[in-house]
Amino acid sequence: MNGAARLDVAAIRKDFPIFETGIAYLDSANTSQRPRQVTGAMLDYFEHFNSNIHRAAYHIAEVATERYEGTREKVRAFINAASTKEIIYTRGTTEAINLVAYAWGRKNVRPGDLIILTILDHHSNIVPWQILAAANGAHVEYVDIDERGELRLDQFRELLEHSPRLVSFGQVSNALGTINPAREMVAAAKAAGATVLVDGAQGAPHQGVDVRALGCDFYAFSGHKMLGPTGAGILYGRRELLEAMDPFQSGGDMIRTVRIEGTTYHDLPWKFEAGTQAIGEVIGLGAAVDYLDGLGMDAVRAHEREITEYAYEALSDIEGLTVYGPPPSRRSGVISFSLAGIHPHDLATIADRDQVCLRAGHHCAMPLMTRLGVAATARASFYVYTQKDEVDRLVGSIKEAQRIFK
Amino acid sequence: MSTRTTADDQFYREYILDHYKNPRNFGRLERPDVTHEEDNPLCGDVVGMDFRIKDGVIEDVRFHGRGCAISQASASLLTERLKGLPLDEAKKIDKQDVLRELGIDISPARIKCALLSLKVLKVGAYGLADEDEDEE
Repeated sequence: MNGAARLDVAAIRKDFPIFETGIAYLDSANTSQRPRQVTGAMLDYFEHFNSNIHRAAYHIAEVATERYEGTREKVRAFINAASTKEIIYTRGTTEAINLVAYAWGRKNVRPGDLIILTILDHHSNIVPWQILAAANGAHVEYVDIDERGELRLDQFRELLEHSPRLVSFGQVSNALGTINPAREMVAAAKAAGATVLVDGAQGAPHQGVDVRALGCDFYAFSGHKMLGPTGAGILYGRRELLEAMDPFQSGGDMIRTVRIEGTTYHDLPWKFEAGTQAIGEVIGLGAAVDYLDGLGMDAVRAHEREITEYAYEALSDIEGLTVYGPPPSRRSGVISFSLAGIHPHDLATIADRDQVCLRAGHHCAMPLMTRLGVAATARASFYVYTQKDEVDRLVGSIKEAQRIFK
Repeated sequence: MSTRTTADDQFYREYILDHYKNPRNFGRLERPDVTHEEDNPLCGDVVGMDFRIKDGVIEDVRFHGRGCAISQASASLLTERLKGLPLDEAKKIDKQDVLRELGIDISPARIKCALLSLKVLKVGAYGLADEDEDEE
């Protein structure tokens, strides 16, 4: 949306005490920073109404339960789910995907079934399915990319002709920033009869998400990549699927009655939330959703696009530097690159001396690195608080590395 | 803005860069007595070594591989030290020796790069797997 309000980045940065240290933080695809509003909401819980939820009959526990459950409605609205019963708290995207692989997959994936993933996927959207496939006798196929780092939809459609049981893919590539045509892919996969999971770890923090418009069966994302704390994430699942699934982990809080003869399970969403939960973290996630709502996700996307275009141009001008992935208009706030004659880890070490935080490695996407024919890349990633000055400092570090290694 | 310290500035010292750009004993041996390769999947560093051993002495050694300056310079430095060294003495080389030889402050994130060649030496030539190897 072009009419989106512009982010006031200078004002936003005042909410993030970490920037007082002077760092240039270019690793938000790894984990974001958290504003005072988030840490404050958590501190408020720990200092003023710390107690367990759903059971105690005293006031502070009622407040804790209310705030904890309140996050569910915020998240429901944030992704436009139909009901809070479809919002399951997890530790993060990884646990959300593992939950589906276990509680849905073990029951529904049969010998000979096909699971379709993509070469762009993060290990957390590959390994759980490999384990499931090995356990249930299914097999996995991967959609390849073209030379621009975009999924080959022609090959995807061919694979869909083999009636896959499951299609699971990342909305946005964490390693290349490629924004996949998720709505089109979900529609095609649903038409082929597949159950569809969208890994939104790099999607939900950076663009408005509407799971009903997207049409997927499951959608997973992490709080810590969207200004929230680590240890709190979300699995969205369509209600009828969640109802039919067995529990994931079992124990306290996920039961209705436990007798020696057997147990009946709690209603949604609590059926999937066994044991004492990360209460403070979930409350922090609610504050993060409030913060992003206040900025507006269209404005967030517009800002990231502007920074990404700026960084893409600045990096492309550097001799000996190769940028991987699609042009800036088709990517999220992520730029992976390599430098001739300089290993990414050496670059990251030199950048660190300038207080520039840069990721170097395989980005938990080893199949993609193999496909690109590299062992590792350097990666800069951006968020609501990123300013052009931080990109300029990265360029300075790159030039310093080139001077040292010339 | 700069927060560089003297120790930081030593990181990419001239001789480290020299060993990276002009590695000593780089290549393969024909019919080596022992050959072994290790990698660090986290960053894609690879180091392999070929040894020729005669009368309990490392007569010749060559290394091959690819990766960051620290891993490759460390391997190059190690081969210089190993050439002509009795096996008994080679076995005594430990982490501290390798780090001292590099002569720079290695951050925890880069320690595996620095010690990859030592792992090749220990696991490959002597089967002395370092018990601290998989501490992550």
